[in-house]
Amino acid sequence: MSDITMRIDDQEVTAEQGMTVLEAAQRAGISIPSLCHHDKLKPYGGCRLCMVEVTAKNRTKLVVSCVYGAEQDLVVKTRSDKIDKIRKTVLELLLARAPDSEILKEFSDEYGADKDRFEKEASFCVHCGLCVRYCAEIKKLHAVTFVDRGYRKEIRFVPEIASKVCNDCKECFPLCPTSYLQAAFVLSQSLISPSESSVTKHDK
Amino acid sequence: MDTDRIDQIIDRYEGQASFLIQIMLDIQNENRWLPRFALERVSQRLDVPLSRMLHIATFYKAFSLAPKGRHQINVCMGTACHIRGAGRVLDTIRDLTGIGPGETDLELKFSLETVNCLGCCALGPVVEIDGKTHGKISAADTADVLDSYE
Ligand code: SF4
Ligand code: FES
Repeated sequence: MSDITMRIDDQEVTAEQGMTVLEAAQRAGISIPSLCHHDKLKPYGGCRLCMVEVTAKNRTKLVVSCVYGAEQDLVVKTRSDKIDKIRKTVLELLLARAPDSEILKEFSDEYGADKDRFEKEASFCVHCGLCVRYCAEIKKLHAVTFVDRGYRKEIRFVPEIASKVCNDCKECFPLCPTSYLQAAFVLSQSLISPSESSVTKHDK
Repeated sequence: MDTDRIDQIIDRYEGQASFLIQIMLDIQNENRWLPRFALERVSQRLDVPLSRMLHIATFYKAFSLAPKGRHQINVCMGTACHIRGAGRVLDTIRDLTGIGPGETDLELKFSLETVNCLGCCALGPVVEIDGKTHGKISAADTADVLDSYE
């Protein structure tokens, strides 16, 4: 199928059919901040940091670039006062959950986000789903999953599966933008097999 | 409930993964909660990851991963019932059963839950037990009503 041409920040960009706006931008070397996006995983649209403004047929709207498909003649703006303000608020909300996340801190410097704007609700997980999706889509192991819903949603290792596969993998650890995943793993490990957990190993 | 019974339920749906939630509901309705071995059996037979079942089981309030009592008490805490004294009714139930909302007693007789509106505000305060509505219930009536359950 033929390629798509569009404009991102006044730069002509070509994209293939089926690409998202974020992918098209990345391929052209234009950076859009993203947290829950991963090249090897299906688009998810969980963090809303990658929000951009698109204009098609004389109508401008805000879209989530990691799930929005590239279209012929689309005009995309990756930065504006409005977008920056949205990203700032998104960051502030995420920081209320994970105030010490290094990657969030870096973005905050750029967007002037105040980590104390919202009351802390430090659950440490920002629900990016990278761990859950990586384990399911790439490893096909399904050892970690989301449980519950809304503000009570959290990740949980499934003991029956995790106890068999996680020790030889741990590939999801570096993906987590906070320290929550590893902490949850150590906790599950000590609950499943107290004697083998790294917590007690030192005492032996 | 044993594995054979779980298999029978799965067979009703010809083992199709698209009926996952229906199968889980049937087990929940018959057994009042979802035991781990049942989840594992369904996961294995339908070839659905256990993780997805846990996600579903924790997402919908209709499912329980912990044992439930023989009788389910739902106390309405909606605005109308609240004004008409639902708080006192709840306190009485708490005293009589020894359990609070979200809990089940050790004999597995009652499970207690608060709900936000049962849709019959004119009857408030309303307590629903096993689907039967007890309207205009007073704190004093509560003991008699609870006593009528085995
Ligand atoms: S534990 Fe980390 S990787 Fe997993 S969903 Fe939460 S923030 Fe994302
Ligand atoms: S990267 Fe697009 S929503 Fe997270």
